[in-house]
Amino acid sequence: MSSASAPLSARQIARRRRGRALRRTWAEFRRHRSGVVGLVVLTAFVLMAVFASLLVDPEGLEVTKATGGVLEGPSGQFPLGTDDNGRSVLTLLIYGARISLFVGLLATAISMVIGTLMGLMSGFFEGWPSAILFRVTEWFLVIPFLPLALVLASVLGRSLWNIALVIGVTSWPGTALLIRSQTLSIKERPYLDRARVLGAGRWHLMSRHILPNVMPMVLANTTLTVAIAILTETTLSFLGLGDPTRVSWGSMLEDAFTVGAMTTGAWWFIVPPGVCVVLVVLAFTLVGQSLEEIFNPRLRRR
Amino acid sequence: MSAREAEPTPHSTPGSSPATSPGERPQSRAFLEARGVVVEFATRSGSVARALDGVDLAVAPGEIVAVVGESGSGKTTLARTLMGLERPVAGEVSVGDRPMPRSTRAMRTFRRKVQMVLQDASGSLNPRQTVYESVAEGIRLHRLADARSGTAEADLVAKALSDAGLRPPQPLYLRYPHELSGGQRQRVLIAGALAVRPDLIIADEPVSSLDASIRGELLALLLRLRDELGLGVLVITHDLGLAWNIADRIAVMYLGRVVEQGPTEQVLEHPRHPYTQALLSVVPEIDRLEPQVLRGEIPDPTRIPPGCRFHPRCPALAEGESERAGVADACRGVPLPVLPADDRHAAACHLDAVRHAPGTPAS
Repeated sequence: MSSASAPLSARQIARRRRGRALRRTWAEFRRHRSGVVGLVVLTAFVLMAVFASLLVDPEGLEVTKATGGVLEGPSGQFPLGTDDNGRSVLTLLIYGARISLFVGLLATAISMVIGTLMGLMSGFFEGWPSAILFRVTEWFLVIPFLPLALVLASVLGRSLWNIALVIGVTSWPGTALLIRSQTLSIKERPYLDRARVLGAGRWHLMSRHILPNVMPMVLANTTLTVAIAILTETTLSFLGLGDPTRVSWGSMLEDAFTVGAMTTGAWWFIVPPGVCVVLVVLAFTLVGQSLEEIFNPRLRRR
Repeated sequence: MSAREAEPTPHSTPGSSPATSPGERPQSRAFLEARGVVVEFATRSGSVARALDGVDLAVAPGEIVAVVGESGSGKTTLARTLMGLERPVAGEVSVGDRPMPRSTRAMRTFRRKVQMVLQDASGSLNPRQTVYESVAEGIRLHRLADARSGTAEADLVAKALSDAGLRPPQPLYLRYPHELSGGQRQRVLIAGALAVRPDLIIADEPVSSLDASIRGELLALLLRLRDELGLGVLVITHDLGLAWNIADRIAVMYLGRVVEQGPTEQVLEHPRHPYTQALLSVVPEIDRLEPQVLRGEIPDPTRIPPGCRFHPRCPALAEGESERAGVADACRGVPLPVLPADDRHAAACHLDAVRHAPGTPAS
């Protein structure tokens, strides 16, 4: 594409344009105080999850190598006390962040791909293909979510991937409806006619004109979906449908519940994972709302 | 008006060879042709609006045809139908004697040859695309850039932009549509269409938002491309002055029909349809005609008047001219045939038919 005679090659131009757009969005994002707070909290949790093995010894997860007593209160050795197996709650909490975030992000990715494709196609096409896609979306929307997730989780088996898959395939209809409505409004814009006149086919129209214009909405919606996915993961794990071999915040809560941490007054086993879930969900929601306000000018004026 | 003076007379164009006498024009001469095209839209109230009610129009290679008429006369719908953006319910559009393709691939080939500059310059550019991307879009879709043969994409884009009067083009590359002025947007659209190097351009009000100097420049560009490359142009405009400047032929539209058409000079110097006469009479540059302001608005296309569609507003009927010629009843009740798309000067008017009956010398 590039040539020596051209002052700027196509690729250079594209890179510059992207850089500019990114800087503009960032400048606007920084004006949203709540969004920035959410981003800071989120960054802290992500760093904690990524560098978990540097923060605490992974051996602390193994029941056989547990050093503490049963449900010991917070002390110098165990800042957040121990669980019923004598493991440090802090170690569990830090490693639990990995699983909770991983499942949340993977589930969101699945949900976003399905939701965007379904929304885009049901909005762009006309006649019966659109009607069928729309009915399917509505159908998934009205199915009671938790029973379906429970059934799927128990049928597919208890593994990390399955739990993400279950959350992903049950949480996409909201996204699909949002994308569909955006697509329907963009479809009527004159620049789609111009692209048609230039010789664009359906694929080009969808990928180059509609998708880039709905993408910001998808992005804002993604962060909100992550929050819901993490909550769902916690719920499913709490109900005993999580991966039994791994510790997540949900499984910690389930553990605490079954050993009666509440009745014995072992608050250090229940409060930390609960607070972590709330913080992460809140952080994602704050970031998502700020992004939504930036990308959706109609919300901005309010 | 300068563009016309700078150019040879409109009728000595490569498109209209003097050897072919009017009426015997072979069908294959037309590059893009509409025959009896009817386009309908369902209105919100459930009634059907006939935006085009039987239109014949042809554009030959290297020919500049202007379609003029008030707002609501169906000019834009005609352009969109010729471009394949609207599908006619009756009649057909043919491209070089073959019907308009339906498959995506054949449509792409067709659109390599025929381009359109849409009317709404601010809405016709994707707000998330830079000027460079907007202009390069057609080049990419048709794979026109080839670095080996020295036609790099950036060169083609730069050429198209400067052809459209945006010089130097580089500073504009990274601008977004909302950062451009109305005239710049219009020229970006024109550049995007030119970049594909079409054989025919359909331009819907191409210069309406441009100032006089750029206007003249663009019209000169169209005339130059016509002379150098044999580019055909179909200009949709409400501006008779523009039509006079560049068009070889004019078609006057009223309420979904062509009511008068013929070579520009004949139509504009000796208008035969009362509608054309009224339109011309209010052009400020022409003082030989008594200004005649038409009463009322163009009627609702869901209720096309019977007889001559222009009769409720026709000054000739209102002033009794039709009565004296004995056609007043025909005006109110007898529908007129669709004007054929050829080079002859013709008008769809009962009064005109009496005046220009065979044997009577033309005025």
